[in-house]
Amino acid sequence: MTNAVALPSQRQEDWRYADIGALAKIWPLAPRENIIVPAGGNFTRTIVQEKGGVVQIDLSIGTGATAMLHILNIGGDYGRVEINANLHNGADFTLDCAQIADGEQTLELITHVTHAEGEATSRQMVRNIAGGTANVTYLGRVSVARDAQGTNSAQNVKAMLLSPQATANAKPELEIFADDVQCAHGCAVGELDSAALFYLASRGLGPVMARQMLLQAFLAEALGDDAALIAAAHEKLGALQ
Amino acid sequence: MLKIENLHATVAEKPILKGLSLTIKAGEIHAIMGPNGAGKSTLAYVLGGRPGYEVTEGSVTYAGQDLLALEPHERAAAGLFLGFQYPVEIPGVSGVQFLREALNAQRKANALPPLSGGDFLKLAREKAALLGMDMDMLKRPVNVGFSGGEKKRAEMVQMGILNPSLAILDETDSGLDIDALRIVGDGINAIMRAPDKAVLLITHYQRLLDYVRPDFVHVLADGRITRSGGPELALELEREGYVEVAA
Repeated sequence: MTNAVALPSQRQEDWRYADIGALAKIWPLAPRENIIVPAGGNFTRTIVQEKGGVVQIDLSIGTGATAMLHILNIGGDYGRVEINANLHNGADFTLDCAQIADGEQTLELITHVTHAEGEATSRQMVRNIAGGTANVTYLGRVSVARDAQGTNSAQNVKAMLLSPQATANAKPELEIFADDVQCAHGCAVGELDSAALFYLASRGLGPVMARQMLLQAFLAEALGDDAALIAAAHEKLGALQ
Repeated sequence: MLKIENLHATVAEKPILKGLSLTIKAGEIHAIMGPNGAGKSTLAYVLGGRPGYEVTEGSVTYAGQDLLALEPHERAAAGLFLGFQYPVEIPGVSGVQFLREALNAQRKANALPPLSGGDFLKLAREKAALLGMDMDMLKRPVNVGFSGGEKKRAEMVQMGILNPSLAILDETDSGLDIDALRIVGDGINAIMRAPDKAVLLITHYQRLLDYVRPDFVHVLADGRITRSGGPELALELEREGYVEVAA
């Protein structure tokens, strides 16, 4: 069974930075994965996207349930991870994602978190790195329904550009229809700190090692303590041009 | 050990060093004093190889090689240590991890085997104790959340671990209270006072020189050394001010 829909175009907001040419080669996509976390349940998944392609997951998080996603998006000419999370009363959703793009890669993360009911918490922590002429994107939408009072949502996205030709897009988007809500989002795009690089070099670390150390530190918050995920991310960092 | 000849350097195309010459021999401690804006920190950064500090004329020879031809990390491996006036905070990088990697990178460059984790921690503990610093602070992200004085102590712990042959210490005394000043002074003596090592202390004030007694004192004004003398010159400067003495 496949998605019986037309190939998206960049005129569609969720696909505006996508590599449609690469997408056409794998279109139509496999059906979206549907995950239901029952009330009071606990769900954790680690997703490593290393070959290219599109990952699409719809997540329904039941009353008082917890869901946690650790995502590493690093592979292929075009790699896209799309997560829709629907939160019921008192649910908790955490998403940590690191994306590392170099060469001519296009990598993107699209999240749509819906607080359908009240007292739920959500957090997205995203760290993006782009080198070469790569393009890395995060589109993060948070919707808070009219009756979802007591919602607490936080989004933190930082991007690091390693070359003048690399591009980072970050678009946080909030749609709030309730009034008792806390939604925070922070977004920053920068480059490696030249003062820190010189400090590390002055202690004997060569430019490659110094850069590696700063990039590992930059990603650390989004990688958590999953050793395999950290190893895969560090391997990709080591292969950066 | 270090021979600076007719050094001219610019920062953002503005001339800062204007014909500075200085020779430091092994076993010597030199102090450079001077007013704000004289070029003291520029000298430190030029010797350390900081990007943006451009040498336009002159030469620097260190241990028989052209120092200016070396990259900053190669200068470190060759035995040069730069103590920063404002040590940089590096969130997310543990001090212990950073210093072990740095030391082992230097050892590799000098064809020495890497130090094991255990041996490194033993060395780090010893040098931290010398400077009265808690090992836990060294495990934290580099300089993050340290007070001004703690940063300067941490610089000296780094110097102890890396064990350079030439230390250029840029206002290592600033931000230190009286007790910390003595500890840092004692630390510099313990780590660097040796027949095969040398120190260039850059400072505004005489007070560090009470603890680390220099063999030579130089006055840096408007990009060059205008006077040189023994330790008594520092006292004269303290008494009379830079304007009188440097003129």
